[in-house]
Amino acid sequence: MERPTSRRDFLKTAGGVAAGLGLGSVIAVAPARATPAEMQEAIRKVVGSARVTPGRVKLDLPPLIENGNAVPLTVTVESPMTEAQHVRAVHVFTEKNPQPNVVSFHLGPRAGRARVATRMRLADSQNVTAICELSDGSFWSDSAGIVVTLAACLEDGI
Amino acid sequence: MASALINVPARAKRGEVIEIKTLISHVMETGFRRTQLGAVIPRDIIRRFVCTYNGTEVFRAELHPAIAANPFIVFSTVAVESGTLVFSWTGDHGFSATETAAISVD
Repeated sequence: MERPTSRRDFLKTAGGVAAGLGLGSVIAVAPARATPAEMQEAIRKVVGSARVTPGRVKLDLPPLIENGNAVPLTVTVESPMTEAQHVRAVHVFTEKNPQPNVVSFHLGPRAGRARVATRMRLADSQNVTAICELSDGSFWSDSAGIVVTLAACLEDGI
Repeated sequence: MASALINVPARAKRGEVIEIKTLISHVMETGFRRTQLGAVIPRDIIRRFVCTYNGTEVFRAELHPAIAANPFIVFSTVAVESGTLVFSWTGDHGFSATETAAISVD
């Protein structure tokens, strides 16, 4: 004998379906995010087959920031900045922004000092990596973790 | 028209490393945001910044959407001779801005 659907069963099923739909739409609406793997890929594109060694570079980033729309960052490289030995470029990458690339600075011996600063956007709490290319062709890196309370890129549009 | 702020010391000793700060007003629209109707707001960013010192390029930066609105860039150069520093920004939708600063080196 068929048991009529009880109110309890009906609510259970309906709730499950609703939850499923809700979850689905959340995934569909979530903005595209780069992943740590995509960051590695973007780094590969810049460095090619060269080895990236941690060290020599210092990435200064506040450990916690309230507003991800303007995060100050400073990259300093230990280098004498002479014609023979200087920093050619400094690249910055993020793990979880929609795009892994942030900025590429091209310096030379005329810079005098290997120190650059700017302000970036961060879509989430994540790791930021700075990579520098020296005139001898070697690559050095530094990473810093940062906690973002209010993420950029997610606010309502116009 | 975009307005830019440049901070370059007016005088410097020969061989001194001078710090240059630049700020330009620009929305730096990422191209990832949407309007309330769901339409994507097209990307509008500054893609390139170049600084030349008496005609020689001393610094260049390639910017991506992850740079905050009103791009602020700090870098340094060696004061080699008196002359002019030219700063130029170029970007999407034909955006282009140029500023100059004079420096006297003794």
